[in-house]
Amino acid sequence: MILFWVATLALSILLYVLLDGFDLGVGILFGFTRDEERRASMLASISPVWDGNQTWLIVAGTVLFGAFPRVYALLLSAFYLPVMAMLAALILRGVAFEFRHKAGLSRPLWDIGFAAGSLVASFVQGTMVGALARGLPMENGAYVGGPFGWCSGFALLCGLGLCVGYALLGAGWLIAKTEGDLRRYADGLSPWLAGGVLLFLALAFGQALAEDFRIMQRWLERPYLFVFPTIGLIAMLYLVGGIRRHRDTTPLRMTALIFAMAFGTLAVSFWPYMVPFDVMIDEAVSPRESLTFMFWGAGVCVLPLVLLYNLIAYRVFAGKLTHDAHYH
Amino acid sequence: MSLTALFLSRLQFAFTVSFHIIFPSFTIGLAMWLVVLEACSVLTGRPVYRRLFDFWLKIFGVAFGLGVVSGVVMAFEFGTNWSRLSAATGPIQGPLLTYESFTAFALEASFFGVLVFGRKRVPPLAYLGATFMVALGTTFSAFWIMVNNSWMQVPVGFRLVDGAFVPRDWAAIIFSPVVWVRFPHMLLASYLTGAFCVAATGAWYRLRRRYAAEGAVMLRMGLFLAAILMPAQLLFGHLTGDYVHDLQPAKFAAIEGRWHDEQPAAEVLLALPDEAGETNHLSLSVPILGSLIATMHWDSKEVGLADFPKQDRPPITIPFFSFRIMVGCGLLMLLLAWWGSWLAIRDRLDTCRALLWGIFLSFPLPFVAILTGWFVAEVGRQPWTVYGLLRTADAVTPGLTVPQTLASLGLFGTIYVAIFCFGVLFIYRLLRDGPGPQAWPCMPDPAVRSTAPATHRSNWSAES
Repeated sequence: MILFWVATLALSILLYVLLDGFDLGVGILFGFTRDEERRASMLASISPVWDGNQTWLIVAGTVLFGAFPRVYALLLSAFYLPVMAMLAALILRGVAFEFRHKAGLSRPLWDIGFAAGSLVASFVQGTMVGALARGLPMENGAYVGGPFGWCSGFALLCGLGLCVGYALLGAGWLIAKTEGDLRRYADGLSPWLAGGVLLFLALAFGQALAEDFRIMQRWLERPYLFVFPTIGLIAMLYLVGGIRRHRDTTPLRMTALIFAMAFGTLAVSFWPYMVPFDVMIDEAVSPRESLTFMFWGAGVCVLPLVLLYNLIAYRVFAGKLTHDAHYH
Repeated sequence: MSLTALFLSRLQFAFTVSFHIIFPSFTIGLAMWLVVLEACSVLTGRPVYRRLFDFWLKIFGVAFGLGVVSGVVMAFEFGTNWSRLSAATGPIQGPLLTYESFTAFALEASFFGVLVFGRKRVPPLAYLGATFMVALGTTFSAFWIMVNNSWMQVPVGFRLVDGAFVPRDWAAIIFSPVVWVRFPHMLLASYLTGAFCVAATGAWYRLRRRYAAEGAVMLRMGLFLAAILMPAQLLFGHLTGDYVHDLQPAKFAAIEGRWHDEQPAAEVLLALPDEAGETNHLSLSVPILGSLIATMHWDSKEVGLADFPKQDRPPITIPFFSFRIMVGCGLLMLLLAWWGSWLAIRDRLDTCRALLWGIFLSFPLPFVAILTGWFVAEVGRQPWTVYGLLRTADAVTPGLTVPQTLASLGLFGTIYVAIFCFGVLFIYRLLRDGPGPQAWPCMPDPAVRSTAPATHRSNWSAES
């Protein structure tokens, strides 16, 4: 039962990162072009799916609340300012879809909101992951770092890295979903973004070694952990090949695989801690009564339905974006 | 009150949740209205229903989007500002909110996509089914939220283990009588919100002599629905008052503005409560009515707020006035609905422009009633977060600082005000322009190149 909810939590976080990752990435790229035609196509390519994608964040949040309330309370209050910034950014990003084409004079406002919201949300998410990997200032299972205890050079580097990573994912999405000018634009950006991701990974790895993070010791204890980065590296090679040969879906798939491997690496090196290295899964978990209650309804009935629906939705909207395909 | 992280957290929660509730209460009612319209359209085949459906779907879309984005905040605010509450009650509140997000996700988000993109892709009955699923999803959402909040109002079905609330009996939590009084109260409030917004739009068109057919349908359906639902709402409001009387006596005393025990008790209609002096100024009250409302007996003894130790009393001003505003809005809505329906049955609505103006201007009433109703429920529960068990002051995140909370409150304040103003402006424009063929001034979209014959479908094609 505990494993089921750990897996569900991991799955919903991973799905959020992959799915909203490309939305946010497209949002970041949106800020770097002023071409109205490109911008409109960018929005159109994610309009039907972004809402569902973002819902995985709410699912992850509420599963964390229901199954691991102590971790929910601890992490959200420790990351108070970043979480608030992320929520505000996601609001701005979300309303831009509704408001942008209804707006007349205020359109630049929503354009900025969309791009800045995507950028800030990505940056903050990366920062929080970086802070977790580095380790939060904790005493007796309670966070003691104050408003900026999560902030470090490494965390900010991870924030930057995730922005580049999401942008690569977004470029992969645009390559897969669009044609003509926008596709060529995304194609042209991908090598730079892929290089940026590689550089970031090298820097982060280097700093983790240099500062001797506790998480690095896990790697020596568990050599099988190297499976994940190895697959990630192979995916990186395929990604480069896919970009050079201008393949349609290879960049998106390989970037997603790299993200999944990075996620797997972190997840397995945290295990069995939820907050490394202070709160274990077993200590944080809700009582059995709560887990079983969630299991039979939400877990067994609703979760498969939601996954199935997502699959169908992506099948229905598969293929290239056509020109009449605009949201309203 | 001095500026503390606790006070600012309360202010922030109140602000964000008040902002949020405006949209779901509108969309829950609107979703049902869409079901009715689509059903009428399928059954009668009259194009006016279809035009109205497409028109209100656009408005639903804007309000739904605002509800979703403002709802994300709520899913995290329990942890950020109320970490001690969420750590203690997580085993109960967490699963309830998990159910909320799962069912809402499965029904609302999924089928809403069908509504927006699927008109030409699915058969009419399936489309009607999808509309119903969206409505069902919004209703389920409301249900889980009401279960959660009712548990905070009247905690049941749990045992305390090391300061944590462990669920003992989920059936007791979900089927608590309090849930089944408050959930219908909220649901009816949402339906009334939908009904009054629809009727007000109809009245607006009638006054401007536009969209005669659509306006007539909206006016009649909105008014009739409200005329039937208003009495039911007053009944459930009374039942809600009954549970407060029995289970939250301090809140009840605050609502009634009763400071000292009375037998038989008078009903204070209006007054200026004086918290320091424990008395009311300029009180206008009716003898005996207080006992009658509370227990249906002439001479029951009713407790006053002064019976409770000062640290266990809710503040009186907000519950006292909010309650009266809510009831006032309700009575006004009842009057408008009945009067309007009576004239509508006799087909004489046009003879009374004053009434049309009244209906047109009535659209804020349900929103004000819902907000003030929640103020009564939530402020009246103070000083407790989980009534009688966990104080609000003990629920807040330890170590939260004033600058942190000021920063987040300022951030949300700025963004919400901007979004609210523009959201209202866009909805106003949609409503003003009406269900015509050119429904709103659409910005020319340069990305829509006519490489293919232009179609008006919102459509993705599978060919690559």
